[in-house]
Amino acid sequence: MSFQLRYSQYNERSILIEWPADINENILQDVLVFKEVIENKYPKQSVEVISSYSSILIVYVITIDNVNDRILDLKKLYSIQRDVKKTNSKTFRIPVCYDEEFAMDLDDFSKVKNLSKDAVVRLHSETIYTVYFIGFLPGFLYLGGLNSSLHLDRKTIPNLKVKKGAVGIGGQQTGIYPQDSPGGWHIIGNSPIELFNPKQHPPCFIKAGDQVKFHPISKSEYQNIKSEVNNQNFDFKTLELHD
Amino acid sequence: MIKVLKTGFYSTIQDQGRLGYLNYGVPCSGAMDAYSSQFANALLGNPKDAAVIEMTMTGADLLFLEATTIAVTGANMRPKLNGKPIVMFKSIIVNVNDMLTFGKLTNGFRTYLAVKGGVLTEMVLGSRSMLKGITDNFRIQKGDYLEMSNASNVIIPKNAKLKFDNLYLNEDTLDVMKGPEFDQLAKYQKNMLFSSTFQVSKYNNRMAYQLEPLVHNDLESVLTSPVLPGTVQLTPSGQLIVLMRDCQTTGGYPRVLQLTEKSVNMLSQKTTGNNLTLRRREF
Repeated sequence: MSFQLRYSQYNERSILIEWPADINENILQDVLVFKEVIENKYPKQSVEVISSYSSILIVYVITIDNVNDRILDLKKLYSIQRDVKKTNSKTFRIPVCYDEEFAMDLDDFSKVKNLSKDAVVRLHSETIYTVYFIGFLPGFLYLGGLNSSLHLDRKTIPNLKVKKGAVGIGGQQTGIYPQDSPGGWHIIGNSPIELFNPKQHPPCFIKAGDQVKFHPISKSEYQNIKSEVNNQNFDFKTLELHD
Repeated sequence: MIKVLKTGFYSTIQDQGRLGYLNYGVPCSGAMDAYSSQFANALLGNPKDAAVIEMTMTGADLLFLEATTIAVTGANMRPKLNGKPIVMFKSIIVNVNDMLTFGKLTNGFRTYLAVKGGVLTEMVLGSRSMLKGITDNFRIQKGDYLEMSNASNVIIPKNAKLKFDNLYLNEDTLDVMKGPEFDQLAKYQKNMLFSSTFQVSKYNNRMAYQLEPLVHNDLESVLTSPVLPGTVQLTPSGQLIVLMRDCQTTGGYPRVLQLTEKSVNMLSQKTTGNNLTLRRREF
């Protein structure tokens, strides 16, 4: 599928490319393939690309001399990218403990949504989510696919400190806080997995285009995984699901 | 090594920032006023990405445990070596046990101290720039020992002169280009952006500078999209937020303007209550 893209200069050394503003997997696939084509075309030291739902920003290390030439190059790249296959994506099973110790908002959430707590957990953990991109915080995954019966506007007054690993729902989105942070999402669980570690390469083992599924675990399983993570002997490859 | 006896209000180690990790949601970081930090490095013959000390509002007390050459640029905090005033924007020889202190801030907001060869603190994801969640320390602590490159015997080239353009420390017009959502503003709102005098609100830090007064608008929020330092967001409540070096990599507020890189440096030297105007510039 080919889209009508809009190219514009963003600052002295970056160009923004916009797809139709929509959240869907066809656009995501096209965004990610084009991103990969650009990254393969230019040396890593000279260009970096930020992707999001329906746009990418190409940041050059050097000031753009002639923007029209650059845009022409990009348009050419886009027109020949058809040969590139779908980017290779992985599926990860992320353990989440929905126990009330971590799920400080699960009670209120289930009441407002008129669901049992078990139903919330089931609806949240049976879906396979797509990672659209990483943003907001290092390692924060923007996930698409939340069951519409779990949609709920963010809290009007945000929490000053949401704990690292907290799993929340905000609007039509769900996600995991990779570090302690203020946040306005309803917290329904916590994952012992470290989604971002600056001392690891790459610092985040999940990338845009991958898929994740939440896997309910007990408090004791949580503690076991947490201590493995803390002792740095947790192998995140065990989270990978194979068809 | 340098021993930190006093930290000042907010002091960090900064280089030119992290490249290549935006896509993991890792901010660029780097010296707020990149021009001043690069100039300090140039005075010492350092590579431009050598790590420097960035001091905000008030300076640090620093004891040099080895001899080196230093340069101080950016905001004027009246630097003194062993109690005697030293000139800024020049390379200065420092001996063992010399003590560098700073006095009252007289212009600008951020001062840069470069040492010969650069400061060698922890390198994480290709940069020494301190940031919460990335480096172990997110700012310099009292009692820290900062390692320096052992390059004190390198001769500094004296035959070239560098001129620092310090006019921009006092300038108050920021050059801006239109942002992706600029054209969604009504004409009178656009005019207001370019005819108003804005003030830096008390919410200003390495992540963002908020400006006052509010610009009322009825823009729709956008799908979360990429942003960069210098991106000016306009919130539904009318708050103008200028993103700075430690900003997030994506955001959901309309991006109405984009500061030029030079203007990001200029704004870094402003503080609460300073007046600003915006000037439209084409690419």
